[in-house]
Amino acid sequence: MSKKIMVSFKLNGKETDVVVEPRELLIHTLREKCLHTGPHIGCETSHCGACTVDFDGMSVKSCTMLTVQAEGAEVLTVEGLAQGGDLHALQEGFMQEHGLQCGFCTPGMLMRAYRLLQENPDPSEEEIRYWMAGNLCRCTGYQNIVKAVQYAARKLRGEAVETSHPLMAAETADNH
Amino acid sequence: MIPRPFEYHVPRSLPEAIALLNQHGEGAKLLAGGHSLLPMMKLRFAEPEHLIDLGKLSELKGIREVDGEIRIGAMTTENELIWSELLQTRCPLLVEGARQISDPQVRYRGTLGGDISHGDPGNDHPALMIALDAAFVLASERGERVVPADGFFVGTYATLLEPGEILTEIRIPLPAPGTGYCYAKLKRKTGDFATAATAVTLRMNAGAVDDVRIALTNVAETAIRATDAEQALRGKPLDEASIAEAARLAMSICAPVADLRGDPEYKTAMAGEMTRRALASAYARAAH
Repeated sequence: MSKKIMVSFKLNGKETDVVVEPRELLIHTLREKCLHTGPHIGCETSHCGACTVDFDGMSVKSCTMLTVQAEGAEVLTVEGLAQGGDLHALQEGFMQEHGLQCGFCTPGMLMRAYRLLQENPDPSEEEIRYWMAGNLCRCTGYQNIVKAVQYAARKLRGEAVETSHPLMAAETADNH
Repeated sequence: MIPRPFEYHVPRSLPEAIALLNQHGEGAKLLAGGHSLLPMMKLRFAEPEHLIDLGKLSELKGIREVDGEIRIGAMTTENELIWSELLQTRCPLLVEGARQISDPQVRYRGTLGGDISHGDPGNDHPALMIALDAAFVLASERGERVVPADGFFVGTYATLLEPGEILTEIRIPLPAPGTGYCYAKLKRKTGDFATAATAVTLRMNAGAVDDVRIALTNVAETAIRATDAEQALRGKPLDEASIAEAARLAMSICAPVADLRGDPEYKTAMAGEMTRRALASAYARAAH
């Protein structure tokens, strides 16, 4: 057992202190010490991206960072996306466009797309697929995830948004 | 998933990092982006007793043009390479290569210096650096030395880096305007290491090859320079016949290992095909 270290960082805007062994991975700290269990673990080879969080303006796989490296960092997890009970455009987009099924990859997908849309507010389909390539999904086949990100991009640009799902679109029309 | 325990150090200056490296000797490893080292530690392939994190050394970051060279700090990330306007305009081969490395998250963390120092034949920068005629600055208690990329890679996970040395900077001669380039990489999927890949830089003059550099990824113990293939092209027109001969000579130096990406015959054939494609693309991009 090596000496434990106190690490201070900002988690979803809140000052957070944790005491960890140097070997502790950020994903374990977030899940087990901070009880932010949205970020998930889908592999041990840094491929799947289920653990993706936003870290000082970067999308990082928190399974491949040590918590001690987070000293002074600003970390945003999926739990920090919604504001005042309102879903973020991406969360709404994933819901409206059926961009999730089991939901295991979704927190990482959302956090990656969050950074992608800040860097490129109007990505093409090809750009979405390329810049989301660090996130694996077993359920959706990605097609609806692309649509979900496009939905969120439109909403964040202030454009009108409408689900592309035929049944849901009809239901929305009936309600009017 | 769980690494062995270790002590963690965060030096605030390069001399401090070098002192820590000397103090802890063979039990110490430098932590850069951490996207090769931590995965090996999580599988207990690597069990260092001390990690020296270079993440706070801002002097190891940045991309500058100095005296006809591009100088890149070893801790510059792949993502920073991709979005560098200097590289996009003056050294697009490095951007094209970096875009084919791993995935966005990994590219926010993984560094140019780490990719090179790791010495993995699967990594892309070793061949790119050979094609770009780069040199590496190695710092230690004894000062600095500068070694060329061609010759730096001596075996799988083995480089000219000596104990106590840190790769601090990568120096690339500014490619002459009109230099053609290509990094052709065959891979099973995004984020995978190459089954085979070829990096090419090419200058044409009066219808003939003025200069060419060809380097191969993941088809030998190290990245390798295809010097015979280069020699066969110099002074000749670049056409189907000369490209085929260069590909044949490149294939003749391949010695890939068999693994899930294929057997040696397949990988060698693909190295030839990547060489053909890289030469053809570089030719199309070169000034004539």
